[in-house]
Amino acid sequence: MQIVVTLSHVPDTATKIKISSDRKSIDPAGVSFVINPYDEFAIEEGLRTKEKFGGNVIIVSYGNDGAKESIKKALAMGADKGILIKGDLNVDSLTVAKALATKISELKPDVVFCGKQSVDYDSSAVAQMLAELLNLPSISTVVSLEFSDGKLKAKREVEGGLEIVESTLPAIITAQKGLNEPRYASIKGIMAAKSKPIEEATFDASQNKLSVNELRLPDSKRKSRIFDSEDASISELVRLLREEAKVI
Amino acid sequence: MSNKILVFLEQRNGLIKKQSFEPARKGFSLSKEINCEVTGLLIGDEITNINSLEEHGLTNVVHLKNSKLKNYSSTAYSKLVYDFAKERGYNILLFSHTALGKDLAPIVAAKLDAGYGADCTSLTINNGNLIAERPIFAGKALMNFSLNSEVKVFTLRPNSVSLTDDGYRVQTNVIINEINDEQLDLRSMVIDFEKAEGKLDVAEADIIVSGGRGMKGPENFYLLEELAQLIGGAVGASRAVVDAGWRPHSEQVGQTGKTVSPKLYIACGISGAIQHLAGMSSSKCIVAINKDKDAPIFQVADYGIVGNVLEILPKLKNELKKYLE
Repeated sequence: MQIVVTLSHVPDTATKIKISSDRKSIDPAGVSFVINPYDEFAIEEGLRTKEKFGGNVIIVSYGNDGAKESIKKALAMGADKGILIKGDLNVDSLTVAKALATKISELKPDVVFCGKQSVDYDSSAVAQMLAELLNLPSISTVVSLEFSDGKLKAKREVEGGLEIVESTLPAIITAQKGLNEPRYASIKGIMAAKSKPIEEATFDASQNKLSVNELRLPDSKRKSRIFDSEDASISELVRLLREEAKVI
Repeated sequence: MSNKILVFLEQRNGLIKKQSFEPARKGFSLSKEINCEVTGLLIGDEITNINSLEEHGLTNVVHLKNSKLKNYSSTAYSKLVYDFAKERGYNILLFSHTALGKDLAPIVAAKLDAGYGADCTSLTINNGNLIAERPIFAGKALMNFSLNSEVKVFTLRPNSVSLTDDGYRVQTNVIINEINDEQLDLRSMVIDFEKAEGKLDVAEADIIVSGGRGMKGPENFYLLEELAQLIGGAVGASRAVVDAGWRPHSEQVGQTGKTVSPKLYIACGISGAIQHLAGMSSSKCIVAINKDKDAPIFQVADYGIVGNVLEILPKLKNELKKYLE
């Protein structure tokens, strides 16, 4: 099976975000970058699919040279090959999807796994757009997955429960936490990754349709009234919730 | 080119979802401001609460009807929305950023080669231009942006548009377009639904009572469940307790869980790791209960109590009970 996994190289979720002096981008100084957490579930699902049905797992990422570090981690986990498409990073989801589509269409995948969203811009859009550009069906936010009779059956998380979705193959799946437990790279895997290829390509991102006017930090206008744990404080809290905040 | 606004109305089991009233209201108010047409688009089988739209300004609704469209199919729905928007020249498309909306809207945007703005918390007109704002990095920062494409697709974050009844009513005219089976691309479709056991989902709750490591163990979460039940809320959890297996991932609030903005968020025994704060700091009112007075959660809280959460919760429940009775 030809298995493709997309990968995004993003700031660690423990990172404090600072805005650059141009007020239009994030200041990368002092920020540590990691594999997008949801992409780890996608990589793991790709590896498990290969273990079950055979084939290759190819990692495709749109990013800058820094993303190679995350691609190497995916190769160390067991993926076979990496492709890095380099281009401007301050672009919209559709531009990223188009960049990925140019390479992924050549790979003729049987299945593509993506994270359900990247934890930087949080649009949850690239995978579904990629599916449309490749004319494939997609199932997003998947927590369980089964291949049977050339079809896919997935459980997808929605408000108040799980939708059971059936889809033809090839298809694009986006991984939600809970789909699997991602493995750690073994020493052997890390050594093996050193000789695995990372192909590079470039993409002209000039068709970007989103222009950032300004980034800002959210204003915190909280009252921050802190009480001790005396009984009187608890009654006062309930009164405030009722009469001042009017939320109960 | 003149503007035309299309509002996607999401239904489940034949009921238009409350979250769709928000893009309906937004579409209506934008249409007044820029003086253009607004139409609601419904896809499904029988719909039983069409009347509920009268409060939200939509006079024109088109219902694309087929019994096979009762459940969501990303392939079928996206093609129908695309065909409808393309043929009739809609250039501003509004969805709610629900599980369905965030799945469908990007596919439609790609089909239309449109600019896409997801999960917007604000959408306004400035000098005739649409200006949107959306949280990024799970709310650690906000992006103010414009789409420079001819066709623009936006999803709105649930709870970002006020649905207060202002007494305004319109007559909603519904045109039903029967869709033939041959027009349906059903490569991907929902065939069944597993309901979570009678519990309110954190993503949809107005009140969330959330627990962290300070709850000491899964056996103490009944305190949160009781409190949530009393005030009509849902139980949430920090990443630490989900990773420890105390609570299911569906309850996780934060950057790798759900981003929520309820009217009341009560954080119990949660210290306030940056990735948790990112997921809940847009809540309207935040209460923190924690034994460590220096815990970062107090910095985003409106009200806080410093003390042992396991002792405070039963007392808080009793006090609330008194008020509610």
